Amino acid sequence: MSLKRIDLLICCGSGCVSAGSLKIKERFHEVLAEHNITSEVNIIETGCMGPCDYGPVMVIYPEGIFYKKVTVDDVAEIVSEHFVKGRPVSRLMLHDEEKAIAAQKDVPFYQKQVKVALENCGYIDPESLDEYIATGGYEALGTVLTEMKPQDVIDLIKESGLRGRGGGGFPTHIKWQMVHDNKADEKYIICNGDEGDPGAFMDRSLLEGDPHRILEGMMIAAYAMGATNGFFYIRAEYPLAIKRIKMAIEQAKEVGLMGKDIFGSGFCFDAEVRTGAGAFVCGEEMALIHSIEGMRGNPTPKLHILLCRSWGKPTVVNNVETIGNIPTIFRKGAEWFSSMGTEKSKGTKVFALTGDIKNTGLVEVPMGITLRELIFDVGGGMIGNHKFKAVQLGGPSGGCLTVDHLDTGVDYESSKNAVP
Amino acid sequence: MKTLADLKKIREKAQEDMKLRGGNVRIKIVVGMGTSGIAMGAREVMKTFLEEIAARNLTDVLVTQTGEKGLSSMEPVVDLIEEGKPKVTYGNMNPDKVKKSGG
Ligand SMILES: Cc1cc2nc3c(=O)[nH]c(=O)nc-3n(C[C@H](O)[C@H](O)[C@H](O)COP(=O)(O)O)c2cc1C
Repeated sequence: MSLKRIDLLICCGSGCVSAGSLKIKERFHEVLAEHNITSEVNIIETGCMGPCDYGPVMVIYPEGIFYKKVTVDDVAEIVSEHFVKGRPVSRLMLHDEEKAIAAQKDVPFYQKQVKVALENCGYIDPESLDEYIATGGYEALGTVLTEMKPQDVIDLIKESGLRGRGGGGFPTHIKWQMVHDNKADEKYIICNGDEGDPGAFMDRSLLEGDPHRILEGMMIAAYAMGATNGFFYIRAEYPLAIKRIKMAIEQAKEVGLMGKDIFGSGFCFDAEVRTGAGAFVCGEEMALIHSIEGMRGNPTPKLHILLCRSWGKPTVVNNVETIGNIPTIFRKGAEWFSSMGTEKSKGTKVFALTGDIKNTGLVEVPMGITLRELIFDVGGGMIGNHKFKAVQLGGPSGGCLTVDHLDTGVDYESSKNAVP
Repeated sequence: MKTLADLKKIREKAQEDMKLRGGNVRIKIVVGMGTSGIAMGAREVMKTFLEEIAARNLTDVLVTQTGEKGLSSMEPVVDLIEEGKPKVTYGNMNPDKVKKSGG
């Protein structure tokens, strides 16, 4: 019998953890016990909520109240005032000029964001399969396996306009089609979680914050091209991501969502994690494949520019975020997905904002949003009202854009054209 | 788990466990938890609501709380907010009344 009346979501993304969120969590356990209300409050450790600069952050339901920069010393007041007396603590809220912003949904940082891949990140307990299922998880996989043919799956991805989020922006359906059409006794899918770009933490946050989504997306992709085995290639510097994916695989196997004859469809799938040693080049797909094969991570030419092979078998390498979009595309439809973004860049893009801006953190915005909106509206502008000089887009292979390019749309084409 | 129907069953149970995070709320019960409310037994009233809701397996009823309502002489005070209906305020609540009001 559940007598819970409060869900306390504590952000345990790496930024908040290093700012002390785990100690805060322990303190909540103590203070709730002192007030004898332990049974009334669910304490949930979530993945990254996004506004890392305000960390440690937390959201308290049912009201959805957002607290920032919470310290261990604030916990007693939150419990006695908010939890016991129902009076939220205004001084811990974000303030817009003088006015307190109570609800998370009203925080300006979130206003221009649209969460697809990050839908559950910071909202569910990433270690709970049930919470993922509660948000509609694994429904897409079930529908795909029982009602769609592999070619239908590829066609739907084509219709959605999904392109790779790993940098190249290559249409996802073409890669899948190549492997689908290549007859072989075994095929593989690899999730590229190498994320070598300095300052980037999009893929890590997704793997940490919503691991079952990546698993589900991978299985849908595997079914579409006839792969029966999957690999997660994650760098060793991401121990929590590795732990969460391993845990998700175990949980899925336990209830039969992974393994043999999934959803009674005859489709069998198994996945494992391979850790990378953190060489930047191992994010490149052929170097990555060699690393998984146990060889030196050198990029080598492919026989066909689009078709990778691992152990000689047809293989697709997809980025974490690419895969993270897939379950939602099947749940909400290709048309819904392609209604967001620009003509050639559909959907949304996750960014890690770092540098001299106010709201550093993890954000997801529609493709085509201008750099100005991204930096000034979502990112809150420059620290201390300094003048904006330049922004580095993407990793080492990206480029630097100056103030003249602030109205450039952030999508594959415009940003490529703008970079000198 | 072998069918979409199995998945749906797990989902319904899991959604019930996550109901505080929004979604399916038909009735909201707001208990006044100011100092005078607590002194007059508002905590007991709230606990009884939670117990009764769990015992009757009401999945779309939510209990929350608020501060002082300025009705000290009527504490504990409880608002019942049902979707599409005017708010009803009950005064001088106690656990026995809570049990009866659930009918
Ligand atoms: C030097 C180099 C490093 C790369 N690093 C990554 C990386 O860290 N993560 C990633 O997803 N893709 C990286 N890529 C791109 C991959 O080769 C590959 O195109 C991508 O994983 C395909 O996934 P997608 O089609 O879903 O975007 C890198 C490419 C090069 C040339």
